[in-house]
Formats: sequence, structure tokens, C-alpha cells
Amino acid sequence: MASKTATVAELVPAPAAIVNGRSCGFGGISPQTSALDWLREQGLTGAKEGCAEGECGACSVLVARPAGDHDEAGSQWTAINACLIPAASLDGQEVVTAEGLGTASQMHPVQYEMAMRGGSQCGYCTPGFVCSMAAEYYRPGRCGADTPVGDYVPGSSATLPVEGESAAADLDPNAPQHDSLDHDHGANGFDLHALSGNLCRCTGYRPIRDAAYALGIPSDDDAFADRRHRPAPDAVPTRLKAATGTYARAADLSDVFTLRSEHPEATLVAGSTDWGVEVNIRGVRAPFVIGIDRVPELRTFEIGDSSIELGAALTLSELESRLDGRIPLLAEVFPQFASRLIRNGATIGGNLGTGSPIGDTPPALLALEAVVVLASPAGDREVPLADYFTGYRATVKAADEIIRAVRVPLPLSTVTGFHKIAKRRFDDISSVAVGFALTIDDGVVTKARIGLGGVAATPIRARETEAALEGQPFTREVARTAAAIMRREGTPMDDHRASAAYRSTMLGTALLKLHAQHGHNTTTEEASA
Amino acid sequence: MSHLSERPANPVVGQEIPHESAALHVTGAALYTDDLVMRTRDVLHAHPVQVPHAHARVTALRTQPALAVPGVVRVLTAADVPGVNDAGVKHDEPLFPSEVMYFGHSVAWVLGETLEAARLGAAAVEVDVEPLPAIIDVKDAIAAESFQGAQPRVERGDIEAAFDAAAHVFSGEFEFAGQEHFYLETHCALALVDENGQVFVQSSTQHPSETQEIVAHVLGLASHEVTVQCLRMGGGFGGKEMQPHGLAAIAAIGSRLTGRPVRLRLSRTQDMTMTGKRHGFHSQWRVAFDADGRLQALDATLTADGGWSLDLSEPVLARALCHIDNAYWIPNARVNGRIARTNKTSQTAFRGFGGPQGMLVIEDILGRCAPLLGLDPASLRRRNFYGPGQTTPYGQPVRHSERLAAAWDAVTRTGDLDRRRAEIEAFNAEHPDTKRAIAITPVKFGISFNLTAFNQAGALVHVYKDGSVLINHGGTEMGQGLHTKMLQVAATSLGVPLSRVRLAPTRTDKVPNTSATAASSGADLNGGAVKNACEQITDRLRNVAAGRLGVHPSDVRFGADRGGIISAIGGTGELIPWDELVHQAYFQRVQLWAAGFYRTEGLHWDSATMHGSPFKYFAYGVAATEVEVDGFTGANRTRRVDIVHDVGDSLSPLIDIGQIEGGFVQGAGWLTLEDLRWDNSDSPTRGRLATQAASTYKLPSFSEMPEEFNVTLLEQAHEDGAVYGGKAVGEPPLMLAFSVREALRQAAAAFGPQGTSIDLASPATPEAVFWAVEEARAAASGQPDDGHVTASSNGDHGVVPVQPHGPARHPESERVVGRQAVEPAGVRP
Repeated sequence: MASKTATVAELVPAPAAIVNGRSCGFGGISPQTSALDWLREQGLTGAKEGCAEGECGACSVLVARPAGDHDEAGSQWTAINACLIPAASLDGQEVVTAEGLGTASQMHPVQYEMAMRGGSQCGYCTPGFVCSMAAEYYRPGRCGADTPVGDYVPGSSATLPVEGESAAADLDPNAPQHDSLDHDHGANGFDLHALSGNLCRCTGYRPIRDAAYALGIPSDDDAFADRRHRPAPDAVPTRLKAATGTYARAADLSDVFTLRSEHPEATLVAGSTDWGVEVNIRGVRAPFVIGIDRVPELRTFEIGDSSIELGAALTLSELESRLDGRIPLLAEVFPQFASRLIRNGATIGGNLGTGSPIGDTPPALLALEAVVVLASPAGDREVPLADYFTGYRATVKAADEIIRAVRVPLPLSTVTGFHKIAKRRFDDISSVAVGFALTIDDGVVTKARIGLGGVAATPIRARETEAALEGQPFTREVARTAAAIMRREGTPMDDHRASAAYRSTMLGTALLKLHAQHGHNTTTEEASA
Repeated sequence: MSHLSERPANPVVGQEIPHESAALHVTGAALYTDDLVMRTRDVLHAHPVQVPHAHARVTALRTQPALAVPGVVRVLTAADVPGVNDAGVKHDEPLFPSEVMYFGHSVAWVLGETLEAARLGAAAVEVDVEPLPAIIDVKDAIAAESFQGAQPRVERGDIEAAFDAAAHVFSGEFEFAGQEHFYLETHCALALVDENGQVFVQSSTQHPSETQEIVAHVLGLASHEVTVQCLRMGGGFGGKEMQPHGLAAIAAIGSRLTGRPVRLRLSRTQDMTMTGKRHGFHSQWRVAFDADGRLQALDATLTADGGWSLDLSEPVLARALCHIDNAYWIPNARVNGRIARTNKTSQTAFRGFGGPQGMLVIEDILGRCAPLLGLDPASLRRRNFYGPGQTTPYGQPVRHSERLAAAWDAVTRTGDLDRRRAEIEAFNAEHPDTKRAIAITPVKFGISFNLTAFNQAGALVHVYKDGSVLINHGGTEMGQGLHTKMLQVAATSLGVPLSRVRLAPTRTDKVPNTSATAASSGADLNGGAVKNACEQITDRLRNVAAGRLGVHPSDVRFGADRGGIISAIGGTGELIPWDELVHQAYFQRVQLWAAGFYRTEGLHWDSATMHGSPFKYFAYGVAATEVEVDGFTGANRTRRVDIVHDVGDSLSPLIDIGQIEGGFVQGAGWLTLEDLRWDNSDSPTRGRLATQAASTYKLPSFSEMPEEFNVTLLEQAHEDGAVYGGKAVGEPPLMLAFSVREALRQAAAAFGPQGTSIDLASPATPEAVFWAVEEARAAASGQPDDGHVTASSNGDHGVVPVQPHGPARHPESERVVGRQAVEPAGVRP
């Protein structure tokens, strides 16, 4: 306070975030303090800790994020796991919690539908569900043509109905259930995957689904809807120092390199979906954390003639929306990759950066023959993904390098598939994952690229299987022969997710299933029995 | 119709209203125990010192290094216990153990200014141990004869004669997994001591009175020196019936020693590695059918995997034995039970409390035997239903057994099962790699605590001078909607609008000596007590009104349907507003509050002979589930579920439907997804729970929700023996999920030839289903499979299960008698 010369720290405003419209500072926090713990210390105890690893969504809150790659795109209310991200990463950002969406006497439409339809029982997961549901409620382009407009006006009902006035016809438990487009989408455009990262142990989900599918479109005077038309807050080059360490958000790539050279021990953190688990569950602490998720050079997205470049710090959700199906194999991966809450944070660079043998993108990217672009102060270099992994959680990436982007070469193979084996369809970790990319000309496999996860210390290519397929007609017999080879690829283990025998068997059946799905379209083989 | 069950005209009970806290839930305003920490000053945080051995003797415990960690205030050890060092009621559960009994057992607790300081302090505590041999697997426990507690037997008829005469005899074994509660709110306690030394513990407990008793005995205090409050829980499911007590006691010790509030909240990892779960069971059985597939005899030995201490294992086992019949008449039965002692968490209550385990055994038997009998599983089940006048193997008449058939027929009709079965047959014929199946299964579940003494409850109802009403009762709210129902009961009974009634948090200084909110009994017991209190008040008000209206008191009518206006039959036609009557009564010095009490009548149970009528009534339900199985992977989807369930005359339909749906999905999770894996290797992590996080222990998510989910309440289902004619609904629907498991079995079988008997592991994870599919395919190619049901030829008695001969009441169960002056402790439910 009493320094004689003004320092940079005194010229920039003290770190703070706007939470439910109020400015909240970061006094007393450390670099590993989670956004959840910080929010709760502000007295906002609606968000809860259910698992501390981004699996249950009880900590879900909304942040205003850019809706596209330019300001005109406005912003998007994005639900994230507050338990995973450092509180300091919210510097300069806008946050809305369940408390900010509405109050008991002025409920938000999402809150009203959830309350009225029995969407809460114990209520512990509910604020998180409400935030995830609100994000989908406000998702640009959500609404179907037949979505009702203004079916509920916030604040129009001061309290929930009690006796007598209670039984609105559409709340009859025996009434027909709401229209849906398919198993995962409501007629109002609501994508149930928006709730894939929220667990409820009480309701069995049906009333929550009904609440989601009953939502109309936001009314004209909805401030949250209006907020989407303005740009999201810029990232702030935060420097938050505490006795236990520092959180620094890098302004650009050269800032990353500078910070890193000054603090070789620093941990790079993008979406923090992996780092947050390390901090919360394994008690890992870092003296210096560098936030890189908003570094512009890491957020490129370019569709060229010979390749598509995907910036390493783009989240899976951003990739899903920007690619919009242009890479069918990845389009198959996205809905199976963790949950929407995680995909809103997790980046493609992070999924490769951890070097995990069970990440979901590597098998697909291996099949796509993707190239990793590594940046260092000396410049970029490109490494085929197949050469990138060197051992269990080890890669060729040098200490001063950072994953800048992933390039997917064009043209794409014609027949692709992503087969993920897991206990649960939404939000689970693969026991085995297989990415297929086959080029089939006149019924003959001219090129086969198969990526495998979960069967070795690193993601690997199924090279023997590829060789067995190439040059062969894609018949059932060839698929069977190749499947027998594929079962022997890798060295799978027994663990709590699956037995080694099941993993091996699944490699073979993945190819048989791919053939069952595509064989008849690509060959003129004999009618199979 | 009984006075207890009769409803007045237009009652508030039966109305479809949202949960009383719904508006608070959705806006994040509802407070749970840990939310109170942010509103409390100078709180210390507690962190356990968990020892990473499955079984070991503690040879040294050095706490000094922890005290050197900045922010660490104190380390709690056994030396700090002023009273009894035990977290349970059986003296087999030391709060600070000198012997580590399971991987992650906590031997000390560190208090810190911050949770981070406490965590680092706990890591600094040095514990020397001498490792001891550990038993992890229930089969290893059986081999080593490592048992604990009572070994009860339910027996009826002449087993040997029945097997002699049987047309078909089958024998088999079946081991199935337990289940983690995974309430979204982990265990939490916040303890403080007031200026007078009174200990006040806010606890996420389903059993505040027992938490109070155990905190008192650990602290060496009398019960009146300890108050326990529970605002609400973020789910309980039985996991907070017995397990919160020791944790509350730790917080209370810490608070007494430091004079500061102490918060103890388990992280998810701690909660999963330290607290008990649903018991997994091993079962060995033989079964006899007549030529028509009618059950003639069942001879079974069930071994519950109790973990390291008894906790509630004995009553869980008792309920398992009392539910192995499920909905089926079994004229001759011999069912033995025993409890394995293993080096795992001490398994405990979980929704259904042994009932699901007992019923799973018979449903598995029927599912495996139907193809061997040449019968469709649905007809095998249907033909074995209880009929009029028949009794359970433990001697209780099965009242209203006709409701089983009524629900079954309703599901068959509304679920359009005949048409859909034909469609499925056509679908399966066209799809070699995908198969569908529908299974229909019944539920009969006994309602009341098995131990008669627990079937009592209290309530406190205040009517203030302005006519507003405040109710207290002994039950806790964990999301099941008990408080909502109690508000409805009070409004109905007093004849006032719901808006005039408020409910205050559950605490032991308002209503003493309460039973656990468990055994699905919360609404029956506490509703009876609330109604009783309200009626004491209306009886007094009746006299006041009668005087004013000039009628006999019996002609006074209270009425919620008239906005709380009191009227009379005959008289002047004058109407008295409730508030005015209350005001007038006050000035006539009429007591406007009452303590209510309720005891369930007509129960009797002899736990030594396992005979009697322990249940007030049975709850019934039937579910039909259609699944689709991918033959490449075993992955599956639940396409449609149709349920008809008996909740009596529903007290609160939205709440009851929620319980049915939620229970069903939770049961489906237990049976098809949730996978407790304990390290049974000889590695240093032997005994470690491998699935100790949400990332590895998968609960049902949206993807497991039935794509079409139709739940209907059984009509004409009045229950004469319960408050306002409703029935308990908390636990029974969980067991409707057997239909999912049986549908998976049938779909797997469809990959093989007709009549293939399929073994299906439990949980039936995609991998397990895949192996079942492979089993069916192997049958198609004529390859026999291991581990199958053994079919015995006519006259053969089958493989006789091991007959345990331990005492029906183990001495350990008696220890508590002197102290609590009740029957064998824990013989709850």
C-alpha cells in the first residue's frame, strides 16, 4: 500500500469476478482454491461438492463465454464444473449460480419447471442441474419450430402452488410424456446430453427430463438471454500471488514461454478438467500455475485444402460446434467424450497433453492420421500423432514445448467409426476405444487406419489389422480374419473397468460391428446368411 | 375403515403437491449441514488419518509431526475419548481402533484451521503397523469360517419329504455384489458446545436419537446433555442410519476439547472408502418344483458379507431371510443365514435392508430354472404367486395377496405385453446381432421394523394464538418427501389450509427417543404421531366450538376444504374461522399444543425362532421392462418400463411417483451398473476399494433412464392399518428393478437356442451381459458351460447347502440389552 512508485499491480484493478451481478474479489485464496470453494466462501452455497472430480455436476455454474471466434458472435452461457477450475481463472469473468438465476419468490423458468414437476427430491444435485439446464435453455439455436414462446414468465408465480390449485393438467404423473424428437432430444430442441454430466441419485431422471422438454424459449425481457448479444468478457492477464503459490493467466504464446522460462516448475492448465482432479483427489499442489486456455495462438480453427487445424485450447464443445460434422469420426466421438460439462472445459490439446492411454480423442485422431503441432520459442514442429506417445503418460514433447494445434489431413476416409466400450453410455471412461478410418474403393479396402485406446501403455495403431485389411475386399470373411488379428493387438490389462479378456474380445467385435454397419454399403459381396 | 386410515372430505393428503422445499432446492437456498459452516465463525476442520492396510495392528502412533504443520490445532486419538471408545451399539466398532480392520480405516483425526492444514497434518501423522492376514472375499471368509453375529434360520414344513417327492430339483450358487449409497451429500457433522456445556451437533443423520446416544456415550455424558439436529440430508438411502454416529462423535470430541465449532465433512473418496454399503451376499441353494413348475421346497444358505463389524448386519440378514419368498408360495422352506466377517467397510442399511438381497436369490433361481422347466419365466412366476389364506415361511398371513395378480394383470394390459412380445420375436428373428426381451417381475415387501420396539414415533404440534401451526416430528427429511407428507397430514387432521402449517427441523430436544427414519416407515409412524397430536388439539377445540355453536362436540366439523372454517351439524348455522376459534380457546385457557404418539398395533416377532408377524402389511408392485442388447459388446438400453405399484391411498402422489421411479432406477443401478471392486490380490493394496470415486463407480445417469417410463398407482388400494390409508413407498420400488436384470437375461438367452438357461453375474454390467450372450452362443454350438444350475433327476435331493449351526442369537447381539433395555440391538427392520 505504501510503496513509493506505482507498480503494475496497483494500476490494474484487483482481481475480481462478477458473480450474480456483484463484484467478488479473490482475497485469501491460493492458486489451487477451486471456484466452488471460493463461491461457497462468498456465501453462495447453492453449488455443492458431490465428487470433486467433475463427474456429478452438483457444482455446476454458468459462465459467459464467447459464442464464436469473433465479438459479433456474442456470448454463450456455458455450464462448467466449478469444483475443477481454479477460482483465480475466473478473474474478470461473469458467473451466474443457481442463486443468481432466481429466488424462491421469483423463480427462473428452469427452476419453476424443475420444482413443479418433482425434479428435486433431496435437492442436493438440483442447483447444478438447474445451471446445466439453463445453459441449454439459452443455447443459441436450440429451439425447435414448435417450441412454445413465453410459456412461463419469470416471477409470474410468486410461490409454488399448494393444495387445491396444485394439479395443473400437464403435471399429471399419468399424463402422456412430453414429445421428443428422439431418445436424447426434446421437441423444444433440448439436447439431453446437456445434462450428461449431472448425476441425481433420487429421481430416476424422468421428471428432470420432463422439466427440460417443457421449457419454452426465453422471453423478450429475459436479462440472461439479452446478455448473449454482447461479447463475453475478455480474458485478463491475471497474476494472483499467494503464500502457497501463483496463478498466472498468459496473455499470449510469448507470455507462456516467458513465464515458463522464469518458472520452469510451472504447471500449464487449460480447461483444468484433469488438473482439478489431481488437486482435489490426489492432493497435488503446484507453486506456479499458468492458465493457457484463452491464449489466442492456441485457439486457431482453420479449414484448409489439405488439412483442418484445430487449436489446442479449443474446448471439445467449441470443436463440436465449429466443426459441425465436418469430420464425421470426431462428430461420433464428441457426444461420447465425458459430459457436456467436461467438454465445456476440456481441450483437445489437454486430452493429448496428459498422454493418458485411455483418452477418447487419440484413437480417433490416430485413425485420422492427425499431426500434433508443437510450439517452442524456437518455432513450430510437427509430429505425427502415431509417433507422439513414447510410453505411459510420456510423449516426445520437450520441456519447453507446448501443443499448439492438431492438424487433421484431408481428404478424409470414407468409412469411419468410433467404438467406445464403457459401462455407461453417458460420461464414462473407456475400457477400450477404437477409431476406424477406412477408404474403400469398389469394395476394396485401399487404406485402413485404426487407433486403439485402453489396450496398451499408450494409444496405439492396430497396424497388423490394418495390413490384414488393406488390399482386401471388405467382406464378412475378411472382417472376421482381420478381427481375429485385431483381438491380439495390444496388451490389455484386467482392472475395475473391464477384464483383459473382454477388452481383447471387444477389439475384434468392434471390427465385426463396423462391418455389420457398413459392409453392405461398400461391397457387392454375397448376401450373408 | 379404521379411524387411523379414514380421510375427511376433501383432505389435503392425496393432493399432488411439489416437495415442500422444492423452491429452495432449485434456487440453491436449501441448507444442508455443510452449508452451515459458512454461517459459523471460527470453525475447525477435521481430517482422518487413514491407514492403507486391510488388516494390521497399530504398534505406534506419532502425532507430534502433525502438530508441527502450520494451522494444525489438535490431533484426536483414543486417549481423548472421555467415555466409551465405540461408534456403534455393539461394542465391536472402536471409534479410534488399535487394530486396522479395513483398508483406509481411520485411527486418528486431525483438527486444523483450514481443511488444507488438517489434510497436511493427517499426512504428517506417523503410524507404525504390523500387517496381519486379511480376508477380502466372502468365499474366502466362508472357507476360513470367519463369521460374526447371529446365524438365524427360517424353517417351515418338511424339506426332505418335499425334495423326495419333487418332479424337478435344481441346485446352484449365486454370489452378488453390494452397492454404494452415493447419496450426493457425503457425511457431515458440525458440532459446537454452548456456554453451559451442552453439546449441539448438526448432523446428516437418518437417526438423530441414536446419533445423540452415541455422541453421549463417547463423551461420557447423559443424553440430555447432547442435542442433535438434522435440517435435511442430500440423500440417505440407509447410509446415514448407523454410519453418521461415530463421525458426529469425532466432531463433538473436537469441539469439547477446543471449545470451537468442529466441522467434519467426508470427501467423496473418504465417504466411499470409510463408510458401509449394501451387503453383497453369497447364496447356495436347491429348489424343488412339481411337474407343473410349482415351487415345492427351497433350501438355501445365505451368507451376508458384513465387513469388519456387525453394524446392522444382523437385522439386514433377518430381513433377507424374511424376503426370500418374495411373492411366491413356498410350502417347505429352510433358509439359513450367517454373516461373514471380512476386512472391508462395515456394511450397513441400504434401501430395502436385506429384502432386495433375499428376493434377488429367488428371482435368480426362477430366471435360471424357467428354461430348464420348459416354461416362460413370466408364467413360472405368475403360477407361484401367493393365494388367499397362505402364509410366509415365517408364519405371517399374506394379506391382500390378490393385489399381486391385480398389478400383474394391469401391467400386462397397459404395457400391451402380448403384442410387444410378438413384435420382439419378429425383431429378434431379423436381427442376429441385436436382441430384445421383456421381463415382468413382482414385488412383495413387508412394512415395519422387524424389531417391534422400533415401531413407535412421536410428534410435537403447536398451534399459536394467531392460528398458525408449527409441527415437529421424529422423522428426518432426505429427499423422500416425508416432511411434505407430514404437512399434509397435519393440515388434514386440523382441517386447516396447508399454508397455515409450517414444519421445524428435526431435533432431539423436540421429540425424544425416536426411531431411525428407515424401513420405509417414516410416514406411517410419524404420520400416526402427528395425527394423534393434532387430534388431541382438535378434541379440545371441539368443545370450545360446541359451546359457541350450541351443538354437541361430536357434531363439530373441522374442514380444510372450507379454508379452515369450523361448522356444525345442526345448530344455528354459524361458521367459525379457525383463527377465531383458536383465539377464543386461548382465552378459555385451553392447551393449544400437544405431544403425539403412535405405536403400530398387531405386531409380534420372535427373533430366536424367526417366527411371527413382524409386518403391519405388505407393499406390492409389478414391473415389466423391455431391453435391447448389442451382441457385439453387451451394451444395452432400457427401452420401456411399465410399473403398477401399490402405495395404498397415496398421501402425496407426486412424491410417491418420484419414490417409485427413483427407487426403480437405483435398483437398476445396483443390478446392472454399479460395480464395487475390492482389490483381492496379494499386492500391498490388498483390500483397497478400487472403485472409490464417481469416475470409477458409475451410477445410473440420464443414459440409463428408461426411454419410456410409465408408472401407475394401483387403484382401490386403501390400507386400513396406516395413516390416512397410505402405504410405505421408500424401499419397495427398488426391487421392481429385478425386471431389468431378468430382461437382460432373457435377451442374452435369445442369442442361443430356445430353452437356454443363462447365468448372469450381478451387477449385470455390459461385460457381464456380453459373457452371458457368449454363454448362449456356446449353447447353440453345443458347448457346455461351467457354473450352471445343476439339474437333478427325479428322486435326487440335489446339492444340500451347508447347514450352519451357530446360535440364532449370537452372544454379541445380547451385549446391548443391559444398556438399552431393548431387544437385541440393531434388530431393526
